[in-house]
Amino acid sequence: MADETPSPSDARGSAQDAHPDASASSPDLGEPLVELHGVNKHFGDLHVLRDIDLTVRRGEVLVVIGPSGSGKSTLCRAINRLETIDAGEIRIDGQPLPEEGKALARLRADVGMVFQAFNLFAHKTILDNVTLGPVKVRREKSKDAKERALALLDRVGVKNQAEKMPAQLSGGQQQRVAIARALAMRPKVMLFDEPTSALDPEMINEVLDVMVALAREGMTMIVVTHEMGFARKAGNRVVFMSDGQIVEEAHPEEFFTAPRSERAKDFLSKILTH
Amino acid sequence: MGDYLSQIAELFSQYDIVGAFWVNIQLTFWAAILSLVLGTVLALMRISPIVSLQWAGAAYVNVLRNTPLTIIMTFMVLGIWTQLQISLAQDFATNFFRFAVVGLTIYHAAFVCEAIRSGVNTVPLGQAEAARAIGLPFLPAARLIILPQAFRGAIAPLGNTLIALLKNSTVAVAASVSTETATLMREMIENNSSVIFGIFFIFAIGFVILVIPIGLLTTSLSTRLAVRR
Repeated sequence: MADETPSPSDARGSAQDAHPDASASSPDLGEPLVELHGVNKHFGDLHVLRDIDLTVRRGEVLVVIGPSGSGKSTLCRAINRLETIDAGEIRIDGQPLPEEGKALARLRADVGMVFQAFNLFAHKTILDNVTLGPVKVRREKSKDAKERALALLDRVGVKNQAEKMPAQLSGGQQQRVAIARALAMRPKVMLFDEPTSALDPEMINEVLDVMVALAREGMTMIVVTHEMGFARKAGNRVVFMSDGQIVEEAHPEEFFTAPRSERAKDFLSKILTH
Repeated sequence: MGDYLSQIAELFSQYDIVGAFWVNIQLTFWAAILSLVLGTVLALMRISPIVSLQWAGAAYVNVLRNTPLTIIMTFMVLGIWTQLQISLAQDFATNFFRFAVVGLTIYHAAFVCEAIRSGVNTVPLGQAEAARAIGLPFLPAARLIILPQAFRGAIAPLGNTLIALLKNSTVAVAASVSTETATLMREMIENNSSVIFGIFFIFAIGFVILVIPIGLLTTSLSTRLAVRR
């Protein structure tokens, strides 16, 4: 693994002893798809992202974990520029993120996003939610888009709800539709911003199952989540954030069983003790 | 008493009261459509990501909303027509009617804009973010996702604006529209001052009859079309 991703946090020491085989479990990872270099962002006085360097390779599933307020959601949202950044550079598939306008819209079409609050278009049917992007952004024929949307809805297990409105579905169903909506754009990478945090416990697994299947198919994913089960089952790498910094990067199994940094140990002890 | 009532009844045969109301309805109809279009454009400017457009929209709303309608209507005729000699039609009556529509439109568009903006505030931010995330630029996102939900959330304030517009259409008298209700009422009072209360009553009731259905309709529409979340 001579061409292994250099650990971005090497310079800071906290991860100096990073195991070189952090992502050795998936040797077939491709070229860099999402690259962040020296990314900084402030919300007023609050420094929410501090010198973030991160590379996600094609086919990799990166799990971002950390206490609330650590900047992990902001990081995720910065990748398709729902949040602007103050300094640094973000590249997707080699191209720097455009600042605004049509170029930014085009890039966003290639980056799927799944939100904590689902955000299905409330005035459109489930089917229309999924076909809207392909028809209006990709200019696909509505017949083709509908066919593919139904196939995607079938794949996430909600095909029989196609004609309903979002408010008529359960949270878990809505989130699965949101995944189908993002997949309908044939994205290069999928961002998941705490996709199961707003769900009732009994619905979390139905969403995670879809995500695990997606990961197995080779989708490049950046997932902000606290679901350790998912991280262990589908993640190639865990990034632990705290106070706007990447504190630790490791293979999931290793991160959860033997975290290196004090902050990660402290965090894990709090979420694991019950 | 019987004499009073027969005098009132006679007014209806002497004057075209229904015709006068019809003029106000027509003024309202055209001004409502045009101010809805202009108000939507203004609202789009105010919610757009382009700062200069936001500024222009806000400036328009703050100037027009805070100018008395009578001044706008008088300016239409004395400023635009008399001074600048711009006509909107050859025929005198049509010309003044159109000026009145323009005056009502530019004034009420400011209120329509603010009503739509209040509707936009009922649409959760996540809707716009989801629209942007699938690659929709601002205008398609506004047209397909934000405005359809905003209008449904703005039906009640839009109804209020329509009601104000209908009553304000009587200010068309200031734009020399001589056939509408305010002009007719003044003429009737001048000639029949003995039944002045009856005349007031006729016009008051007339407008109440026109306005009540608008209120009922907007209330029922705003519940029926409400976006379920």
